[in-house]
Amino acid sequence: MSRPPHPDPGVRAPALPARVPERVGEHAGAAASEKSLSIAFAAMVVLLVAAPFFVYPVFLMKALCFALFACAFNLLLGYVGLLSFGHAAFLGGAGYASAHAAKVWAFPPEAAILFGTLVAAALGVAIGALTIRSRGIYFANITLAFAQMLFFFSLQAKFTGGEDGIQAVPRGTLLGLADLRDTHAMYFTVLAVFLLGFLVVYRAIHSPFGQVLKAIRENEVRAVSLGYRAEHYKLIAFVLSATLAGLAGATKALVFQLASLTDVHWTMSGEVVLMTLLGGLGTVFGPVVGAFILIGLENYLSTLGAWITMVQGAIFVVCVLVFRRGVVGELGRLLKRPL
Amino acid sequence: MPTQALFGQLLIGLINGAFYALLSLGLSVIFGLLNIINFAHGAQYMMGAFVAYFCLQWAGLGYWWSLLIAPIVVGAIGIAIERAMLKPLYHLDHLYGLLLTFGVALVLQGFFRHQYGSSGLPYGIPAALAGGHDLGFMFLPNYRAWVVVFSLAVCLVTWYVIERTRLGSYLRAATENPALVQAFGINVPRMITLTYGFGVGLAALAGVLAAPIYQVNPLMGADLIIVVFAVVVIGGLGSILGSILTGFTLGIVEGFTKVFYPEASNTVIFVIMALVLLVRPAGLFGRSA
Repeated sequence: MSRPPHPDPGVRAPALPARVPERVGEHAGAAASEKSLSIAFAAMVVLLVAAPFFVYPVFLMKALCFALFACAFNLLLGYVGLLSFGHAAFLGGAGYASAHAAKVWAFPPEAAILFGTLVAAALGVAIGALTIRSRGIYFANITLAFAQMLFFFSLQAKFTGGEDGIQAVPRGTLLGLADLRDTHAMYFTVLAVFLLGFLVVYRAIHSPFGQVLKAIRENEVRAVSLGYRAEHYKLIAFVLSATLAGLAGATKALVFQLASLTDVHWTMSGEVVLMTLLGGLGTVFGPVVGAFILIGLENYLSTLGAWITMVQGAIFVVCVLVFRRGVVGELGRLLKRPL
Repeated sequence: MPTQALFGQLLIGLINGAFYALLSLGLSVIFGLLNIINFAHGAQYMMGAFVAYFCLQWAGLGYWWSLLIAPIVVGAIGIAIERAMLKPLYHLDHLYGLLLTFGVALVLQGFFRHQYGSSGLPYGIPAALAGGHDLGFMFLPNYRAWVVVFSLAVCLVTWYVIERTRLGSYLRAATENPALVQAFGINVPRMITLTYGFGVGLAALAGVLAAPIYQVNPLMGADLIIVVFAVVVIGGLGSILGSILTGFTLGIVEGFTKVFYPEASNTVIFVIMALVLLVRPAGLFGRSA
């Protein structure tokens, strides 16, 4: 008599966010959760449309770019359980590409953003193909090393302008219609880009594809045994995340008319981890909230100089130790709704 | 190619290699038992240099005392961090450990930068090691020769203790199967704590060695640690001998790259890492997962 095989191979520890942020109010039912998400989305759109008339628009644009960056990052860490410590490569790489296209090749803004995004996608395919087989800490380290390669390339290459970066990038005229030198025109362009990226992430998560990603996160061996090619799914998620991070970077370069080394440095990769963690890993709105809080802190504490690094580090420590669900994750738990 | 420049870069490579080896050794020891990548390693290396500076400024204790005091002080701080913060995370995904130490690194670096600026503080070469020797083909400063020889000795002693002594055998056994080792009556949690303290102490020791060469700077470990991560991945995470050998070798490779193709000297280690991972995903000396 041979015993039936154990139903759960259970050879690997669960991936990072497993069982921490989600599952909250899963009993609430798909329809109810979709309804609460729609309400939250509508509230967010209304807030963001009204915001530039009350808050300094440049701050909002910066926060929106980072919010998109964090959403892209969250797609990978929150839903596939892969911690990339090299996402700055996609943000900064796309920034350089779009700044170069707009300034040297005189591309219109929409084409410059598209070009930057495509460059990030290509980077994502190249780096992803080389790294996606590795796991956990190895994956974090290897993506970090690739990002550092790009950092040193940016430091030495001619077209990136080294320490100076690419300055005075023209914003241009969107589709030949709207002059983006006008702050509000620029703001609503950024908002449109952000909402587009946000909806792409939302769609990806709430699709059969997203379900497979979550299955891989929870138990990769089992997903493979059910016939899913886990590596293909992970690679597609990685490229999608890189592309959207690139979209954020390309837009950011036009907003600030600058592409610089800051955006490819590894501290930027750390910052996006912090935004996602603070807002709530594996939540739809968490990265947006995290990005706004962190950019707000940087903005209003900028007089403190080196203290900012300390404050960021302390937030990191607190989040990891006692606040692993993040702001939105905790809120979702209180409301018994996944947000 | 002038031999003077070649040997000069070789020496710089050896010095860098000595620091890579000491730092990656500490990281490897910690990773072996705790399964976390200690992101605060660079900050702890920096703290070692600062302790040496404080010893001299506040207590008048010179370089030789610092070699002893800095690893103990910084190691004790490491032990406190492990007890208070890392321990509650062991039941979670190991990536949380990485994120926590990353936060700790930011706090430490931010604190020292706020207090002492980022321009760096001078620290002199000890009198006994001042000067140098003319070897005919090159000039060899005594202090640099000391750094290479001393760090090599520390690495070999560490390797010996871990691979050839009873204490080391407990450590290796606990790396393989902590639950079983604990069942034999060995206090594994205390061993984990002391191992973290030891790895951190090694980083601080490297910091003291670096102080007379690179000055005492709050950001001295920030970028170095990223290179050391690549070194550890090439050597194979958790491999003791691997991290020593790859540390020295990559330092020398980097030195030669500076002579023959200076543009690539910053990236060569990362390129090697990518190539190694394509062929051997677990690193040169690592066990395949």
